[in-house]
Amino acid sequence: MTTGTQKAQVAGPAGVPSAGGGRLASPAARLTGLGLVAVVALIFPLVFTNATISNIAVQTVIFIAVASAWNIFSGYSGYLSLGHAVFFGTGAYAVGIIARDANVTGDTVFALLPLAGLIAALVAVPLGLVALRVRRHTFVVITIAFFFIAQLTASNLAITGGSSGLLAPVPNWTAATFNNPFYYAGLLIAAATVALSAVIRRSRFGLQLRAIRDDEDRAVGLGVRAMPVKLTALVISAFVCGLAGGLWFYFIGQAFPQFVFDPLFDLAIALMAFFGGLGTVAGPVLGALVLEPTQLYLTLKLTNDYLSEILLGAVFLVVILFLPRGVLPTAAELAGRQRARWQRRGDRL
Amino acid sequence: MAREVYEAIADGILGGGVYALMAAGLTLIFGVLDIINIAQGILVILGAYLSYVLSVHLHIDLFIGLAITIPVMFAIGVVIQWLFIRPLRGSERTSMTLLACYAVALIIEGILYAAFGPNFVTLNAWYTQPNASVKLFGFYIGDIYLFGFGLAIVAVVVLYLLLYRTTFGRAVRATMQDATAAALVGIEVNRVAALTFGIGVAVTAVGGMMYGATSGGFNPNSGYDLISRLLAIIILGGLGSIGGAMVAAIFMTTAEALVDIWQPNWAVAVFYLALVVVLVVRPTGLFGRQAVRAQ
Repeated sequence: MTTGTQKAQVAGPAGVPSAGGGRLASPAARLTGLGLVAVVALIFPLVFTNATISNIAVQTVIFIAVASAWNIFSGYSGYLSLGHAVFFGTGAYAVGIIARDANVTGDTVFALLPLAGLIAALVAVPLGLVALRVRRHTFVVITIAFFFIAQLTASNLAITGGSSGLLAPVPNWTAATFNNPFYYAGLLIAAATVALSAVIRRSRFGLQLRAIRDDEDRAVGLGVRAMPVKLTALVISAFVCGLAGGLWFYFIGQAFPQFVFDPLFDLAIALMAFFGGLGTVAGPVLGALVLEPTQLYLTLKLTNDYLSEILLGAVFLVVILFLPRGVLPTAAELAGRQRARWQRRGDRL
Repeated sequence: MAREVYEAIADGILGGGVYALMAAGLTLIFGVLDIINIAQGILVILGAYLSYVLSVHLHIDLFIGLAITIPVMFAIGVVIQWLFIRPLRGSERTSMTLLACYAVALIIEGILYAAFGPNFVTLNAWYTQPNASVKLFGFYIGDIYLFGFGLAIVAVVVLYLLLYRTTFGRAVRATMQDATAAALVGIEVNRVAALTFGIGVAVTAVGGMMYGATSGGFNPNSGYDLISRLLAIIILGGLGSIGGAMVAAIFMTTAEALVDIWQPNWAVAVFYLALVVVLVVRPTGLFGRQAVRAQ
């Protein structure tokens, strides 16, 4: 796989700016960039100790994980899900219920996160088996229906605390570095998800997913077993959302049905992926990095909720109408065209 | 007990008429433009607020006010289609149009919050009072329900005549069957799409007025509840099938009213559970013309 990519890179300058033209930077530059990003991400909370900033940072890394996870399913397979809050909320409630009933507190709560992911993944199996039988609009609507069923269930069951919600255990570490454990846990989940996303994109499994996105019937005709492939992607995606939801719950400290199962959540992660570039590895990361801090900052500055709603809608419309493929693919295309122009100029000289 | 059941059935059928109308608009838009207008829910609420403004500030009767709100909602629909739906083309059109509608819904919701705040309001007139009712077969039925049901039937008949007895209707149906072929025989598909979107949104003026008068209060957040029901109805009825949407609407509201007798908390869940069950058994919905899977 790696050699194939390298060959394509080498073939680029030889005259055909084709596949290589879609890349923004050379492998060496990418590796350096990745290293820089890793260093910045690791030392970030040590440099910016302000609680407001680190609070925004925690939520941003959580959304990097969630947006990437959403993209692994919806971006690669083309099945637009507007119900991922179900998995996020399941993770949150799973941590909440287990911590409450088993009296888990302090650092140990982090150990519950994989369990929360597992429960969310288990929930995804029956949902996927029903929803993935239909396509396009109907699929989207089914995911929305599941979302409302989940919200309703959470407000009516005794185990979830009904509409009064659940409280998280109070963390027992000092206030000065309060956000750091959450930040590093979130960063770990986010980094692992992005790595997983990259691996999947290059794998046979990722190729099958993208074949389904392009033409499912043809993919099936070529021997892709569509249902298991789609379901696996959904389950992986749900697992990460469950993990992130559990962490987010412990960080925020409480869960209410309307708050954990929030329709705006579904829209926000879809927007992040669309903004950066649907179906790319870096796109959702860029989307989360730009949009989540902006949104949190605006919510802090403008006390009116409705203004941030109008802005979210407006940004979405602008992205869809003017950058329908997202920032990164558009930038890559421009860079490729520019490179080809230089190439041609070089040939002429 | 038997009495409650009969009452629930009567409520369900009468209430279902209005949902049938709103869902018909939604499924019509789907049939012609191949998009799901997620904004339909908030547009109903916008229609309700328009009626509210007319009746509170200008003292215009709710039903007479429709003469103003229907054209306004029609124009809003045409503008939304022209600005945000028409430019979207290509392989990701399904997701793009859906998200564009969602974004429009958010903006409208935000504007409604800014204008009216989060407090619940109701539409009031002499026929919405609790004591304004008629006795039919031993039950008391609120006047507003009867008037609304009558209005919904009139609107549905008008919609039917428009689609099946006019040249425009024939163009709409041709576009529903095959947009490319329709364009080839000289139908202006873009114009048909814009007008259809307008008509599909115009029915929300009626739906909004009825919703505001019967729901016991609405605020800008009520759109979510509405759209989730409407989506369940049109999928259950089979996407693009207007008759199916009507049957599904009345079936759903009746089932909800029946469950409400025993389990008020779970009544809404009937909507979604029915949807899931039907799709497991029959992925095309009850009256779907084409296989959803093969689209």
